[in-house]
Amino acid sequence: MSDKEMIITFLVIWLGTVLTRFLPYLIFPEGRKVPEFVHYLGKVLGPAVFGLLVVYCLRNTDFSTSFANGGNHGIAELSACAVTLLTYRWKKQMILSMAAGTILYMILVQVVFA
Amino acid sequence: MNEFKKALPATVPVMAGYIFLGITYGILMAANGFPIWLPVLTAAVIYTGSMEFLMVEILSSSFHPLSAFLTAVMVGARHLFYGLSMLKKYSGTGPVKFYLIYTCSDETFAVNYHADLTGLNKTRYYTFVSLLDQLYWICGALIGSISGSLITFHTEGLDFVMTAMFLSIFADQWLKDQNAVKARKAAWDRKAEPDQKAFARQKSFQCRKRIPDKPERRFWLRKHLPELIGLLASLICLLVFGADRFIVPSMILMLALLIAFRPFLEGGESHVR
Repeated sequence: MSDKEMIITFLVIWLGTVLTRFLPYLIFPEGRKVPEFVHYLGKVLGPAVFGLLVVYCLRNTDFSTSFANGGNHGIAELSACAVTLLTYRWKKQMILSMAAGTILYMILVQVVFA
Repeated sequence: MNEFKKALPATVPVMAGYIFLGITYGILMAANGFPIWLPVLTAAVIYTGSMEFLMVEILSSSFHPLSAFLTAVMVGARHLFYGLSMLKKYSGTGPVKFYLIYTCSDETFAVNYHADLTGLNKTRYYTFVSLLDQLYWICGALIGSISGSLITFHTEGLDFVMTAMFLSIFADQWLKDQNAVKARKAAWDRKAEPDQKAFARQKSFQCRKRIPDKPERRFWLRKHLPELIGLLASLICLLVFGADRFIVPSMILMLALLIAFRPFLEGGESHVR
């Protein structure tokens, strides 16, 4: 890719990204009444999107590679998730849960299943 | 600066995640032979981690502007959802609104969406969170692109911090809805008391067991259905379409299901939340 092509590519990617961010606000500017339907979507999409993001983060979990080949059948991911959820239920401290889950995951992939 | 004092701890998890991922991004860019300033510029201007990682590939391959544009729109499609969820929260924030919309990344959305704003100026709080998050990301990219491969400590697995963050937000949402279910149940129990006493008098005292809770179950489902839809729709699409292209189908399926279940979800006490 030439420099010019790279700049164009950069610009279209920038445009596409920014477009998705501003579109809702352009369609429904302040003062304009947002339809009930959109309010409904705004209310239910939040919780649903976090479900999607969790799945998105875990999308590359490898369940099939055997222990002999350096895999762990997803045990590392699943147990780290379980610890995150349980500590959250227990203490309701986001940072604590994230640290617990992440540290466990790092130990599992670096030491236990290395 | 009360808002800053609240915004800083709220963004600490984002700091850990962004700096680490930013460093990874910077290293990747440097490894692909791009100049030091490019990851920093993209971090500041595009500011969408997933798109930036893809960009390393796109910029290294042949010139396809339309495909690059469509990729950016599809990867960014989740921002449409964030926008719809933040319409109300970001309204009335004045001139800074432009900046807030521009920098509404996954994590900034997460923190701002869940912010407890009691006693705070919401515009200032949102601005600090957005600004701090963006700074973390830029710093990460800068450190990464400068240091290249100089990092020696084992960071493998540290990126799980992102998963853990989304997971705890999901859990938080779930527990909040669960509390609504509990409150509702308590209200029902109080109301059901006299009837049950009459019922128990009529029959033997063994019948004191609570009447099976069909409405209760329905209320539970009404509260948790959006979360379940998000989780299940994306899991199904992940299995069907594979890890590289399940995001857009998931969103379509999610949207279709949420629209289909609207009469159920908006029925009864859905406005109390």
